[in-house]
Amino acid sequence: MPQILVQDLAKTYRVAERDPGMLGAVRGLVRRRWRTVEALKDVSFSLERGELLGFIGPNGAGKSTTIKILSGILRPDGGRVEIEGLVPYADRIKHVARIGVVFGQRTQLWWDLPVIDGFDLLRDIYRVDPQRYKATRDELVAMLRLEKLLDQPVRQLSLGQRMRAEIAAALLHEPSILFLDEPTIGLDAPSKLAVREFVKKLNQERGVTVLLTTHDMHDIEALAQRVIVIGHGQVLADSPFETLRANVLAERRLFVDFAGDAPALDLPGAEVRNRDGRSLELAFDPRVTSAPALIAAITARHAVEDIHVEQPAIEEVIAKFYDLHGANEA
Amino acid sequence: MDALRPYIAAFNSRFLLMMQYRAAALAGFFTQCWFGAVHVMVLAAFYLGAPEAAAASPITLSQAVTYTWLAQGLLAVMPWNGDPEVAAGVRTGSISYDRLRPVDAYALWYVRAAGWMTARLVPRVALMILAAGIALPLIGQGQWAWQPPSSLSAALLFALSETLAIALACAIVMLINIIVVATLNARGINILMQPIVIIFTGNLLPLALYPDVVRVALFLQPFAGTLDIPNRIYFGNLTGQMAWAGIGLQIFWTVLFIVLGRFWLGRVMSRLEVQGG
Repeated sequence: MPQILVQDLAKTYRVAERDPGMLGAVRGLVRRRWRTVEALKDVSFSLERGELLGFIGPNGAGKSTTIKILSGILRPDGGRVEIEGLVPYADRIKHVARIGVVFGQRTQLWWDLPVIDGFDLLRDIYRVDPQRYKATRDELVAMLRLEKLLDQPVRQLSLGQRMRAEIAAALLHEPSILFLDEPTIGLDAPSKLAVREFVKKLNQERGVTVLLTTHDMHDIEALAQRVIVIGHGQVLADSPFETLRANVLAERRLFVDFAGDAPALDLPGAEVRNRDGRSLELAFDPRVTSAPALIAAITARHAVEDIHVEQPAIEEVIAKFYDLHGANEA
Repeated sequence: MDALRPYIAAFNSRFLLMMQYRAAALAGFFTQCWFGAVHVMVLAAFYLGAPEAAAASPITLSQAVTYTWLAQGLLAVMPWNGDPEVAAGVRTGSISYDRLRPVDAYALWYVRAAGWMTARLVPRVALMILAAGIALPLIGQGQWAWQPPSSLSAALLFALSETLAIALACAIVMLINIIVVATLNARGINILMQPIVIIFTGNLLPLALYPDVVRVALFLQPFAGTLDIPNRIYFGNLTGQMAWAGIGLQIFWTVLFIVLGRFWLGRVMSRLEVQGG
C-alpha cells in the first residue's frame, strides 16, 4: 500500500467574468457570467514512504491545487485521495496532524511575533510533548541556522531567513510527509542551496516523504528522484528526471571560436544555431554523431582557438516538453 | 487539559499580542471620553429640560450617565466588525494555514476573536474607570461620574452577564467572519454592522428609553445581550427574575449563534477556493 494514493483527481473552479470598463462593471452587477476553469482533470499517481517527488509545470497547470487537495485544504470534485489510510478533506483534523506544509508565497508565522513565540504557539496547537518539542526545535534550529533569528519578529527577517524559519515551523510536530509549494521562490542562491541541502537531508536521513513543486529546475535536478510534469490539469510525464531529460532532449551544443571568421560548415548530424563573427554555435544529436567526431571534422579543416560542449539548460528541456504537449500557459 | 491546549495558547498569544498596542488603546480611550462626555451632556439636556418626562423614565439620569460610561468603557465588546486577522487571512490566502492546524476550525477562530476582544477591553475599561469613576468625583463632578454597582448581588450578576456578553459578541463576530470568508471582502459587512450595532446594543441610547411599543422587542433581540442587559443589571434596573431572564436571553442567543456559525463555517469551508500561487 503506497503512502500517498491519488486517483483520477478532478477539480473545477468557477470564475466570475465581466466585460472591461465601467459599463462592464455595471452589467456585472445585474447579470453575472461564470466561466468554469478545469484546474485538474484526471491526475493519478502514487508515492511510497520516503520518496522525494518533484512536481513541475507551467503556471496554472494544477500543481498548487493538487498540493492543496492532498493537504486537506480543498475538496476535489472527483477522484480519490488516500494518505496513510486517511482521506485528507474528510479526516482533516487527523490528517493535518501528520503532515507539514510550506507555501513559499504565504507565511504561517505570526508577523509581529518573535520566531520563537511562533514556534511555541505551534507546539501547543499541535499538542507536541514539551520535552520532545525542545529536542526537535533545537535540532531544526541548528540544521537551519536559526539561532540568531529566534528572538526577532518575523517581519524583520529577510525572505531567505523567513523561509528557513517557515520550514522549521512546518516540521516542529515531526510530520511524516512534507509538502513544499515553491519553497525557493524569490530566494537568492545561497538561501536556495541551504533549503535544498536541508530538504535532501531530511528526506535521506529521516525518511520524510517530500512532495515539492517548483519553477526552479535546479531544485528538481538537485533533489527529486522522480518528477511529475503536469500541464492543463493532467499528468504529462511521471519518471526519473534523467529519463525525462534523455527522452525529451538529447541535443548537445558545440561552441567553436575560430582563428578567423567563422566558416560555412556542412556537417552531417549538426546544425548551425548561432553565428557571431568568429564564433559558431552548433546543435547536434549525440545519437547521430558524437562530439569527438564532430570536433575532429572541424579541426581537420579549420584553425580553431577554443571549443566546448554544453548540455542544454534544464529550463530549455522543460520548455520544449511543454511545447510538445501544448501545455504552455493559456 | 491537553485537549484545550491549542485553544488556550491561541487565546493567550492573541491577547498578549494585542496588549502591545498601547498607542491604539490610548487613542481609543480619548475618543471614548469625548463621545462619553457628549452623550452625558445630551442626556442631561433631555432629563433636566423635561422634568416630568424624566420622572416617568424607567432609568434615572444618574443611571443613564453610568450606562454611558459603561458603554464607552466596554466598547471593545461591541461586535462592530469581523476579526481583522481573519479578513487579512482571506486577503493574503494565509487562512489556508488555519485549515492545516489539527484543531476545530470554529473553536480556533472563536478563541482568537475572544483574545482580540478582551485585550482591547482591559486597558480601555481600566482607563475609563480611572477617568469617569475616580477622577470625576475627585474634581467635584460626582453627579456625572460612573457610579459603582447598585449592590453586591448586582455586581456579581453583572460579572456573569458581562462574561456572557463577551461570549455572545464573539459568536456574532464569528458570523461576521464567516460572511467575510464567503464574500472574500470585509468592508461591506463591517460597514453594514456599524449602524445596527450602535442602535441595537443601546450604545446610542439606552434601550429602556425607547417608546414602550418597541421596548419588548428591543429587549429580546440579540444585540441587547452585548451591552444593554449587563448594564441594566449593573445599576439595578434589571433585578431578580428580570435579571435572570436577561441572562437566559444572552445564553440563548450565544448558543444559537454558535450552532449556526459552526454549521455555516463547515459549509463555507467545503466550498473554499484558494486561488493563485
